[in-house]
Amino acid sequence: MTIDKSAPAAAAPATLAPAERAVQVLGGDLTEKALRQNLEGLPGVDAVGLEQRAAGLATRSIKTSSKAWALDRIIRLIDLTTLEGADTPGKVRSLVAKAVNPDPSDAATPRVAAVCVYGDKVPDAIEALGAAHGDPDDGLISVAAVATAFPSGRASLRVKLADTADAVAAGADEIDMVIDRGAFLAGRYGKVFDEIVAVKEACRRTDGSYASLKVILETGELNTYDNVRRASWLAILAGGDFIKTSTGKVQPAATLPVTLLMLEAVRDWHRLTGEKVGVKPAGGIRASKDAIRYLVTVAETVGEEWLQPHLFRFGASSLLNDVLLQRQKTITGHYSGPDYVTID
Amino acid sequence: MKDIEPADGRFLEYAPAPESTSILKVRTDYGLFIDGEWVQGRGKSFTTISPSSEKKIATIASASDADVDAAVAAARRAYEKSWAKLSGSDRGKYLFRIARLVQERARELAVAESLDNGKPIKESRDVDVPLVAAWFFYYAGWADKLDYAGLGANPRPLGVAAQIIPWNFPLLMLAWKIAPALAAGNTVVLKPAETTPLTALLFAEIVQQAGLPRGVVNIVTGAGDTGAALVRHPDVDKVAFTGSTAVGREIAKTVAGTHKKVTLELGGKAANIVFDDAPIDQAVEGIVNGIFFNQGHVCCAGSRLLVQENVHDEVIDRLKRRLSTLRLGDPLDKNTDIGAINSAEQLERIRTLSDIGEREGAERWSAPCEIPENGFWFAPTIFTGVETSSTIAREEIFGPVLSVLTFRTPAEAIAKANNTPYGLSAGIWTDKGSKILAMADRLRAGVIWANTFNRFDPASPFGGYKESGYGREGGRHGLGAYLKSGASK
Amino acid sequence: MSHLTIPKTYKLYIGGAFPRSESGRSYEVVSGKGAFLANAAKASRKDARDAVVAARAAVSGWSGATAYNRGQVLYRVAELLDGRRAQFVDEISSAEGVSASAAGAQVDEAVDTWVWYAGWCDKFAQVAGAGNPVAGPYFNLSVPEPTGVVATVAPQGAKGGSLLGIVRTIAPALVAGNTVVAIADEARPLSAISLGEVLATSDVPGGVVNILTGSPAEIAPWLASHADVNALDLTGAGGLDWVELEVSGADTLKRIVRPEPGIPDRALGRILGFVETKTVWHTKALI
Repeated sequence: MTIDKSAPAAAAPATLAPAERAVQVLGGDLTEKALRQNLEGLPGVDAVGLEQRAAGLATRSIKTSSKAWALDRIIRLIDLTTLEGADTPGKVRSLVAKAVNPDPSDAATPRVAAVCVYGDKVPDAIEALGAAHGDPDDGLISVAAVATAFPSGRASLRVKLADTADAVAAGADEIDMVIDRGAFLAGRYGKVFDEIVAVKEACRRTDGSYASLKVILETGELNTYDNVRRASWLAILAGGDFIKTSTGKVQPAATLPVTLLMLEAVRDWHRLTGEKVGVKPAGGIRASKDAIRYLVTVAETVGEEWLQPHLFRFGASSLLNDVLLQRQKTITGHYSGPDYVTID
Repeated sequence: MKDIEPADGRFLEYAPAPESTSILKVRTDYGLFIDGEWVQGRGKSFTTISPSSEKKIATIASASDADVDAAVAAARRAYEKSWAKLSGSDRGKYLFRIARLVQERARELAVAESLDNGKPIKESRDVDVPLVAAWFFYYAGWADKLDYAGLGANPRPLGVAAQIIPWNFPLLMLAWKIAPALAAGNTVVLKPAETTPLTALLFAEIVQQAGLPRGVVNIVTGAGDTGAALVRHPDVDKVAFTGSTAVGREIAKTVAGTHKKVTLELGGKAANIVFDDAPIDQAVEGIVNGIFFNQGHVCCAGSRLLVQENVHDEVIDRLKRRLSTLRLGDPLDKNTDIGAINSAEQLERIRTLSDIGEREGAERWSAPCEIPENGFWFAPTIFTGVETSSTIAREEIFGPVLSVLTFRTPAEAIAKANNTPYGLSAGIWTDKGSKILAMADRLRAGVIWANTFNRFDPASPFGGYKESGYGREGGRHGLGAYLKSGASK
Repeated sequence: MSHLTIPKTYKLYIGGAFPRSESGRSYEVVSGKGAFLANAAKASRKDARDAVVAARAAVSGWSGATAYNRGQVLYRVAELLDGRRAQFVDEISSAEGVSASAAGAQVDEAVDTWVWYAGWCDKFAQVAGAGNPVAGPYFNLSVPEPTGVVATVAPQGAKGGSLLGIVRTIAPALVAGNTVVAIADEARPLSAISLGEVLATSDVPGGVVNILTGSPAEIAPWLASHADVNALDLTGAGGLDWVELEVSGADTLKRIVRPEPGIPDRALGRILGFVETKTVWHTKALI
């Protein structure tokens, strides 16, 4: 469905797109006011306490056998990403080759969950993947495309929907959309909501199935933890399959406290409805030991069942090689070096 | 999907990741540290065990009355001959040396503390020992600035300080006592708790390494009678005690009629008050930290949870989920959240009071966790349906047991929070600043934590109202407790 | 024609009222030269109990008043005391057998004591409190607060102290917002009760100060052992079995000020003897 913005009701409360989850939680009378009340009624976040909890989780240390498992699992949860203006078919092929065969010296190395590219690079990625293209649960690799005028989101809804529909038509399995942070910060939650609902609809394939929708909050621009909690909740209500921290183009990108907070939102949603929503921290996670901290945080906040590609992803590029170096170390017992992993 | 699955199917079974004890060089037996030397105790020696394994750590001397006499005499000589004659800046330098030595030996001290006390290594490593160093560092800087302590120009030390510390934070309590005493120019005789003497004895080595003049710090080990001998010793000028209200009361009676100044840090039954507008996830963390930090062996523990009635079920549900992730076990394991109860005696007390709680009709829930075979353990436990009249809402349990009560209005929360002879600490959880400040004004407790709990800092005065004792430790106030006005009669 | 004087009945001062002792007892008060002056009420343990109840009831109002307000009220006491200077000079010179000028000097000192302590009300917290630079993202403030109910034994028989002695023990305890149960100088209690009249007609709320006349040896133990008394000022108890009082006070861990000969100096330390330091932590964050 689409939203007709040309004929807004002048006096009546703006009615929101009837997203199934929102209807479930807020009732059939889905108005901007009801949404606002719901979001503003969420409990506040004390930053100091949140950051302390995250720091506490970061001190967990895991045993060696668990570490080997964790490293492989991190690889399986990575969205290997290139999002540059300079991306070429060659660069995408090279990225895909790395995704399919991360460590040429060890065939037992698992593959990443997905490659993440701009929408116009989806055909290149699909072509390069060939038979390796598919569901990460089957050991295959998905194609994720950023859309909706990524990274700023500053375009008309029409453009955003076209951007999305193009990527889906080209075969993207997953869409990483950005929310309109400007609208969010201006308090226009209904606009953000309706856009997510509309983009979700644009993810619909001709066969009626949907590409998975990751909603990027760009937490670095939302700035406060209270905003992150509200935006998380809003994105879930609007139907996001994943909530994602960042585009990677804004600092700070993913942090452990922000990810913990988003995991808490997902946990609360699960408590409320029994439904599982995914979380994707993206940007700034470069070291294996950091990634392991995220795994620990996931496990202790929402449970280990979230540590699978349909519920948790890392948006990263350089992380993969650090994991591979650590992986080599756990196998050989020696420290490895950057010349022993491929640059892409 | 092909994966290396951990044998137990859960990768987060990260344990065990024990901190190595090889860093720790424990002697098989320890004497008393008097006048800069190790001497035999004339009392009946005893063993200190690790409460997590019940294995013996070392044989510890017991100080007789004569030994206490010798220690006080050594402290008096040091006070008159060396310490009080030193410049403030030189006293400060000795304290800085101690702070540095504590930092250098931090890991060893943390291991020793966890071994002897049973507390998780992550607490001894990340809280106790860093605070010990911070305490000496803070008071070191005061030693040559006593004119600004708030007692006018040229304040004077009191003389010999008798200091008796508890088993819950053995080395940290030592630091709270010794650092301000020495900075002010006093000399000390300190008695660690019977079940946790190890780090105080390691501290004696640090005193030697720092080259402190002999007799400035004396450590005498022993049980209650050693402490009693120290308190009643006529040549003692100051008594500082942290421990139970019952013992504190006896000390107050013993020193009645003397010239001795007293600081008492005693028991508590703190209310941790959670409003319906609290930052809920942080409040849950704060409740956990409030009562399960250090197995609840904390005088300022938030042992009474006062939760607004309209969010009671929600808070308790979240709390139970969170408690289910706590890891109980080997204190030396870096992943352990809940360590061992310090002694069989304390475990018995916790069990007895918990049984009373159940008998009086409160609903008991314990986190599901495996209890190790040896050692003293008690699973994190919460009691709901507790009333203000319940025994477990009034008596200090000093263990990982939380009593949950409800309230309807801020006024009722204040009334319930203050309805205790204790007055050490309290917690407030709400996003509303004006409510926090008004609540803080009305709570009769010496330390109020708002949207946090169990924070300590050498710059921050700590101590109780009412039967939680008197005097403050930490900050300028803590320094003043070891000084008298230069103009005083 | 001479006017026949009307001698005043000296009673207790409890809860803003002037009751006789519930026991019905009184005792003879004589001048410095041994002449009969008056029959003072001889307070009983029940009077002491009533005084504690009144003092406790007054705590929340007095401690809850602004410091500025408490300062004004204590200053008002000085004004009214000064206004009744002649009466106090009379009472003091007959009670102590001293010259009018010596008595006047004592009244002046008493007035000045009220003025001095009045000025401290909104300042001592700035001197005794602290903003603490803790190592973490916390606002951390220590403030002094009143202990609660303070029982005091005024100096007994101190030279030049029948009025000044009790003023020097009551006034500092009031500064922080404590309420007081005071046992007056046993042998020279009249100006203490007149002081009660001053307090009653100034703006000091009833129950904030309660004055008992009679035998400190009889009353003090009841106050020392009373669980609802927070602090015990034994300044004037040097002639009593004060060690026993301290031991008794230790049962509920009362704050105790030990005896001191003569009349205590006015001092910040006397204010701080009856305060508790409260430290408040709060998290700080922008986001």
